Amino acid sequence: MIGPEALDDLVAALKGRGFRVLGPTVRDGAIVYDDLESAGELPIGWTDRQEPGSYRLDRRDDEARFGYAVGPHSWKQFLFPARISFWQARRVDEGGFEVREPPPEGAPFAFIGVRSCELHGIAIQDRVFLEGRHVDRDYEARRRDAFLVAVNCFEPGGTCFCVSMGTGPKAEAGYDLALTEILDGEHRFLVQVGSERGAEVLRDLPRRDAETLDLQAAGAAVEGAAARMGRSLDTTDLRDLLARNLEHERWDEVASRCLTCGNCTMVCPTCFCTSIEDHTSLAGDEAERVRLWDSCYSVDHSYIHGGSVRPSGRSRYRQWLTHKFGTWHDQFGTSGCIGCGRCITWCPVGIDVTEELAAIRATEEVSDAND
Amino acid sequence: MATAAETLSGAMAPRPFRVVRRQRETGDTWTLELEPVNGEPLDFVPGQFTMLYAFGVGEVPISICGERGGPLVHTVRAVGAVSEAICASRPGAVLGVRGPFGRGWPVEEALGLDVVVVAGGIGLPPLRPALYECLRRRSEYGDVVLLYGSRTPADLVYRREVEAWRSRFDLEVDVTVDRGEGDWRGKVGVVPKLIGSARFDPGAAVAMVCGPEIMMRFAAEALLARGVPEDRIYLSMERNMQCGLGHCGHCQLGPTLICRDGPIYRFDEIEPLMKVREL
Amino acid sequence: MRTIDTLIHDVPIFQGMSQEALELVSGCATNIRFSDGEVLFREGDEADVFYVIRHGRVALDMFVPARGPVTIETVDPGEVIGWSWLFAPYRWHFDAKALGLVRATVFGAACLREKCEQDPAFGYDLMSRFAQVLIERLQWTRLRLLDMYGDGR
Repeated sequence: MIGPEALDDLVAALKGRGFRVLGPTVRDGAIVYDDLESAGELPIGWTDRQEPGSYRLDRRDDEARFGYAVGPHSWKQFLFPARISFWQARRVDEGGFEVREPPPEGAPFAFIGVRSCELHGIAIQDRVFLEGRHVDRDYEARRRDAFLVAVNCFEPGGTCFCVSMGTGPKAEAGYDLALTEILDGEHRFLVQVGSERGAEVLRDLPRRDAETLDLQAAGAAVEGAAARMGRSLDTTDLRDLLARNLEHERWDEVASRCLTCGNCTMVCPTCFCTSIEDHTSLAGDEAERVRLWDSCYSVDHSYIHGGSVRPSGRSRYRQWLTHKFGTWHDQFGTSGCIGCGRCITWCPVGIDVTEELAAIRATEEVSDAND
Repeated sequence: MATAAETLSGAMAPRPFRVVRRQRETGDTWTLELEPVNGEPLDFVPGQFTMLYAFGVGEVPISICGERGGPLVHTVRAVGAVSEAICASRPGAVLGVRGPFGRGWPVEEALGLDVVVVAGGIGLPPLRPALYECLRRRSEYGDVVLLYGSRTPADLVYRREVEAWRSRFDLEVDVTVDRGEGDWRGKVGVVPKLIGSARFDPGAAVAMVCGPEIMMRFAAEALLARGVPEDRIYLSMERNMQCGLGHCGHCQLGPTLICRDGPIYRFDEIEPLMKVREL
Repeated sequence: MRTIDTLIHDVPIFQGMSQEALELVSGCATNIRFSDGEVLFREGDEADVFYVIRHGRVALDMFVPARGPVTIETVDPGEVIGWSWLFAPYRWHFDAKALGLVRATVFGAACLREKCEQDPAFGYDLMSRFAQVLIERLQWTRLRLLDMYGDGR
């Protein structure tokens, strides 16, 4: 067990080991992930209120450090930045060129406040970038030494559905340390160790052994969160349900509301589409290749010579939803959704994926349902 | 600083290749032969593609069209800024190459069977390495048939080579055009039409089809009508390919990533997806 | 020397036809030969026959002012030329020209139409076979309308 003040020691211990410490903080009316100088920058006493198309911060009547769900940011922006430079090249003799790949810069990351759903999100991106035939060199370098301090949820948001996705609210694996914040009685944190590195960091913190009462209180906090999910989703055979409903009329209906703005893909912790751009200097002797986040909602995403394969909003919404919940399984052996609810909260028109999927399930053609 | 070895391991860094030969095929299509500036030549299997980079302009996926063990050959149609820059690369120019990527034609699976190659337009180049392979190991295959169609006689690529193939006794070649212009005395009609009268045993044949998606659909129908089983028909699909590594998400076709799982697919795998509009 | 009914037996359009029907068809048929460049018929001529090509290639041309003859399609061995004989006003809509030596079987239209009238079952069978050829040609023509090799994809 550690007290709230020990979080400062945690930040210091991680900094002392050369990590760049990142965690939640309040900025521009939202809880975002940013560099932490001290634990004092955590969103102390703040919570978030989330509904489809709506997010706002509220004061809590306690000093909770992690009394919110998730903000618009996810850790993907550090492990998989919105823009990276793959390489620069310059012209050399005889019309040739020479390519230089800069090594990924900066200290290894330590993330404080990683939710269980987000651990799953990182694991899903690991599958995409590290566990296929090709390894993404940049992601690998950023991910390799990242130190993850997970936080179990006790205050789920109005758009959360991790229980349905089997991704939370309790962190089960993939962390170095996991905290459970207990507000009942003395404000304290149960710390669980997930790695040798984690155990070593914990030894630097002022702590005491957990007692039965601590464990019970921590358990109750997480169970309470599981019981208060803002949303739920029937995930039975979701992959097959979507595969056999590619022409469902719901796609037309949702397309009439969807702005194809791509917000859902930007806030999604697992969306990984990028576009690759080649640039050149005005003199034409220097070139650069950059990678930028892209979205399947852009018309150009599916451009081939002659035009776009998915010109309609209907087909682009369908691409996103069927990929996230269906074909992701075929491509990477896992769902692409972690149930964090960001896509619902940050959709400007409040499209709710759980509602869309339920509508398809409810109105599936009878002949198909009898299969 | 990255060393040369790290540079190659990056998978995103193109290897410099020098253009050693450039030949015009049609009004807008050129064939380039490339050799690595340093190091080993590129090994590949028929049907694979590379990402071909024009310095500072950009990169496009192009099928490999040459023979294994020879120079890297690409036949490129100038349809955009990058392919125009590639086509304009004269001998001596250096292009970047990444790859090879993708799953190739079933040249091994076809051993002992008849091979029907159906090509439309610029679909012949990706099939040529498979044909080379069949001819190299000619005695190990049954009848080999090439059915090739293009828009006009002037749009036929590898014209001399196709004529040379035609004079072989161990290869049946049939060519057709959509519009018979000039002094054309050959066939006029769509390429799937050739399937009905080609000489092969449908029950013991493998078909490899490459061309515009609509042409491949009609060709597959004609092959099925002849009695070729749907799991012996292979098509080459095209989507927006940017990374070649399965990481950028652009080349998704339903449950598959074309750069990783394709570009060559078995018809029975891909047919349900081809039927869905705007997938 | 093979007789006409054994020749037409192998022609796809007549495949599976009963022996009696084949005899009816071959009763209206004779063999014919065209040398290179020879015209089988011209647009506007009376369509009193149809052909099955046995050897060689025939080009179906339409004459376009200021462009000259444009080949619409070529017909190869085993294929049929002509359905203008089926319906009034029995006029050809294009020119047909031999590309090299052509051997064909020619079928008299009046003869066949009369047999169709007398024997509706035979007539239905023959019409069905021609309809199938027509549909196939129409599909191929539609495919060409897409100009699929062009930029329109």
